Amino acid sequence: MASRVRAVTAVAGAAALAAVPVVAAALQEPFYLDLVRRVMIFAIAAVSLDLILGYGGMVSFGHAAYLGIGAYAVAVPALHGVHSGWLQWPLAMGVSALAALVIGAISLRTSGVYFIMITLAFAQMLYYLGISIEAWGGDDGMRLARRSRFGGPVDLADPYVFYYVVLALLLAVLALGHRVIHARFGMVVRAARSNEARARAIGFSPFRYRLAAFVMAGAVCGLAGALLANQTEYVTPGFMHWTRSGDIMVMVILGGMGTFVGPVAGAVAFLLLENVLSAWTVHWQIILGPLLILVVLYARRGLWGAVSGGSLGRG
Amino acid sequence: MTAVLVVEQCLNGLQLGVMLFLMAAGLTLVFGIMNLVNLAHGSLYMVGAYLSVAFLEMSGSFLAAVALALPATLVVGMLVEVVALRSLYERDHLDQVLATFGLILFFNEAVSIVWGRAALFTSVPPALGGFVEILPGIRYPVYRATIILVGLAVALGLALVVSRTRVGMLVRAGASNRTMVAALGVNVRLLYTVVFGVGAALAGLGGLMAGPIYTVQPGMGEEILILVFVVIVIGGIGSIRGAVVGAIVVGMVDTLGRAFLKPMLATVLSPPAADSAGPALASMLIYILMAAVLYFRPQGLFPAVRG
Amino acid sequence: MADPLLEVRGLRKRFGGLVATDDVDLDAGEGETLAVIGPNGAGKTTLIAQLSGDLRPDAGVIRFAGEDVTRLDAPARSARGLARSFQITSVFRDFPALDNVALAVQAHAGHSFRFWRPAGADRALREPARLVLEQVGLGMRADVVAGVLAHGEQRQLEIAMALATRPRLLLLDEPMAGMGAEESQQMIRLLGTLKRAHTIVLVEHDMDAVFALADRIAVMVYGRVIAVGSPETIRASAEVRRAYLGEAS
Repeated sequence: MASRVRAVTAVAGAAALAAVPVVAAALQEPFYLDLVRRVMIFAIAAVSLDLILGYGGMVSFGHAAYLGIGAYAVAVPALHGVHSGWLQWPLAMGVSALAALVIGAISLRTSGVYFIMITLAFAQMLYYLGISIEAWGGDDGMRLARRSRFGGPVDLADPYVFYYVVLALLLAVLALGHRVIHARFGMVVRAARSNEARARAIGFSPFRYRLAAFVMAGAVCGLAGALLANQTEYVTPGFMHWTRSGDIMVMVILGGMGTFVGPVAGAVAFLLLENVLSAWTVHWQIILGPLLILVVLYARRGLWGAVSGGSLGRG
Repeated sequence: MTAVLVVEQCLNGLQLGVMLFLMAAGLTLVFGIMNLVNLAHGSLYMVGAYLSVAFLEMSGSFLAAVALALPATLVVGMLVEVVALRSLYERDHLDQVLATFGLILFFNEAVSIVWGRAALFTSVPPALGGFVEILPGIRYPVYRATIILVGLAVALGLALVVSRTRVGMLVRAGASNRTMVAALGVNVRLLYTVVFGVGAALAGLGGLMAGPIYTVQPGMGEEILILVFVVIVIGGIGSIRGAVVGAIVVGMVDTLGRAFLKPMLATVLSPPAADSAGPALASMLIYILMAAVLYFRPQGLFPAVRG
Repeated sequence: MADPLLEVRGLRKRFGGLVATDDVDLDAGEGETLAVIGPNGAGKTTLIAQLSGDLRPDAGVIRFAGEDVTRLDAPARSARGLARSFQITSVFRDFPALDNVALAVQAHAGHSFRFWRPAGADRALREPARLVLEQVGLGMRADVVAGVLAHGEQRQLEIAMALATRPRLLLLDEPMAGMGAEESQQMIRLLGTLKRAHTIVLVEHDMDAVFALADRIAVMVYGRVIAVGSPETIRASAEVRRAYLGEAS
């Protein structure tokens, strides 16, 4: 029963997202197109984090690092006149995966609070690294001369095309994530979260499976970073700032971790909230902060948990 | 000339280390005893800095500002503990991270509402201005020397309190065995609130001393907080000794790296290459150090014994 | 006589000043059930943890099927046919019972870097898992989430997970702990059916279970094995009675 509710909601959500450009065009409000596209990009990042956070129990507080790496993987080639998305986007995923491999290999040797602090520290290291590279604009970052080029009808300069590319990627990430998490691989990752001692006793060595999940999450978030660079048409080290990591984590928790719809719902809620509150006051974070504490204390399962009445990852 | 520079930079490293220790001590105790990951510890450092600036403007006296800002930060810390954090001790680390992240957003925004987003600048109090000749031919700012002395005194005092006094005994026992402490008839909640308040005051002390040499602005707490995380991870969570060693090591490595890495690289690389690689590498140095320490000692240099 | 399946020599582990296992020598022959008894704090659970690979001994050698496994970790020992149950029930609480067992099957069915086919529809995992669940008497409870199973059922599930790894040696740490009389009897019957086909090292306080199942009994006190022998000899030994049995009853 609960699974049918989930399926219906997921399909309805996808249909609603697909309808946004039509509605925005009818209302002559291109701003909504831009906003929802941004929401979907962060939804991809949040889904990638949920893969390791919700399903794998790895509290990575440095996920924005891959967002930044992905963005720089678009902007740096563009700086040198290489605009092909066929090169930029795989590069974004590849370099992010590589960074996740190194960071994960060190961080996953530890656990608990050490893991939180180390992932945070490594992301901040990349942030400072970004600031110190003058050739890439240092603190100010750099403008993107043009969006990634794919040739043919896929022209990201067209806001509607770009929108549907992002939507397609979001749906693809959700579908692939769903497969992975229910395949043998995902079973091991979830089992190790559920009870590590038991997983080891029956013969699993969780480390390499966790590391693989960590790398996959990094690569997907790198893709989100490539999209974000195209969305904002500039790149700064601020993409990697630790508060950005916090934002992504909040989206996952707000929506409901250990689910696939949850992070998407969380991204929607978080960015809409940001939009509404910041239109009201520049000091909107003074409301967001306490709100966050209230959610942690009283609404632990998130929005989607409250709607669907259950989650896949948590008991 | 270079010898002078080296000594001076070593002292600067020590001074940064001392600041880091003031932060790390509270954070590591709170984690060791209450098992709480407190991201908002940096906010208390910021609160200490802002309050001392405010009290300095009101009273015109640095001493009065210190005398008011420290207890005020202690009270803010205890308030935070009672209002928000107390109910988080039994929660998992993820909940603690999120809730204290919310606290950070709140504090940063509150500070910018009251004092604005622009950085505030305060000057060194006149009594601590000028230089002192610490070695023949080596002059060092009195203010920074004072920070080093205050920090070392606090470290020593803290070590004595934790190892010698009844309160320290409770603190150590509380870390390994909560129920036993409760069984001794000690009010554990009060103990926790007091420990948290003291940790906050130490962070506030760091903040108020930082005022005249770093910029006072919203978000200043998190910049140092992340360095403090590196300190604690290197030193071992929950260990005061680890906090001391980690703080000094990180302070030294970071300061010396920023000062000497570029000239050192210039001896092996071309000047432009050294110009670009130097700062980049210097900014990564302590994280590389952290990774190296973790590779050999995943629990840090001084793993605290936990029950 | 052929080499024993499990051979422990000079095993030593200390925590600070406390010696948890002190020069322990033990053998368990193929198909034998060896019970380890002793008062609380005698070091029995520490012994199991060292045998399973969760704890690294300070000194001594553990040989399993002729191979020195002292330096191997728990997953590696599991791969060689050592399976354990925990003193405090340890299952994947948020997975259905069948998934718990299917995971144990999966752990021994090659690597798990398979990203596409749903494990929940994988007959190669589900069929063997279902058989083992039926073997331990949980066939009707396959789809129940493990965390809501009754305590006794969770203990049975642990046995099922151990069996699903097709072990040569079962390390059982107080499988009757916390069970009522009826549940205990059921567990004794279950373990009785596993005897002979498996070598079993059984740590247990329930003397009815020990004397019903054990071929040999080792008595541990303060980290040392003070006596090893048949149930009859152990029952008759004055030293054992003084050190343990008298105290327990």
